Amino acid sequence: MRVTIRLFARLRDLAGAGELTREIPGPATARTVWASLTAEIPALLEYERTLSVAVNAEYSRMAAAVQDGDEVAFLPPVSGG
Amino acid sequence: MALAAVTSERLNVEALTSELTMGTDGAVATFSGLVRNHNQGRTVLFLEYEAYEPLAVRALARIIDETHGRWPGTRLGVHHRIGRLEIGEASVVIVAASAHRGDAFAACRYAIERIKQIVPIWKHEHFEGGDVWLEGATADPEDETAKLHAFKIACA
Repeated sequence: MRVTIRLFARLRDLAGAGELTREIPGPATARTVWASLTAEIPALLEYERTLSVAVNAEYSRMAAAVQDGDEVAFLPPVSGG
Repeated sequence: MALAAVTSERLNVEALTSELTMGTDGAVATFSGLVRNHNQGRTVLFLEYEAYEPLAVRALARIIDETHGRWPGTRLGVHHRIGRLEIGEASVVIVAASAHRGDAFAACRYAIERIKQIVPIWKHEHFEGGDVWLEGATADPEDETAKLHAFKIACA
């Protein structure tokens, strides 16, 4: 299945892109998308324990199922305000 | 005017205040977060804010809902700016209107604490000698401990 991966702030800098499209074998979860991404870009593993995940612009969990066409966003710790 | 917004435009606390207040209000508490010229011993030149916009707007709306639950009758507006901001410019404005000052102050303080916990916005600090992404909290809107922490600060 095809998923759009969104990356922000330092995650985006480390990956060199804020939006990636990847083919992921199904059935997939946010965690398998992350595993596939970090296999490609190991520098992102620094965020393994501190990131948040959103699916289709809603906060989600790493165990959440991901469908074909979904947008999966990985978010480093936030610093708004 | 949307009460929860992420914008690259300059923020206008007066416009948000007049949008929000009604005759039943006896108090308005406002908070403006400004770009400061120093941080952790560094001389800050300017900040760039980045957001995951659709989720950031939803997270701001969620915070407004939370304040309605905790301080019924209080109304909130929260606007966060993104893009390049110079020293002294407002990055966020919060307006809390209520019949009484206690609820207005508390809701306003709660909102800024929750923004720092769960809104997907990031500061890229440009300082004399370099730049750095600032990172605070791992965002988890369901984390009850974080919510309680914000509530205790708001009511301190």
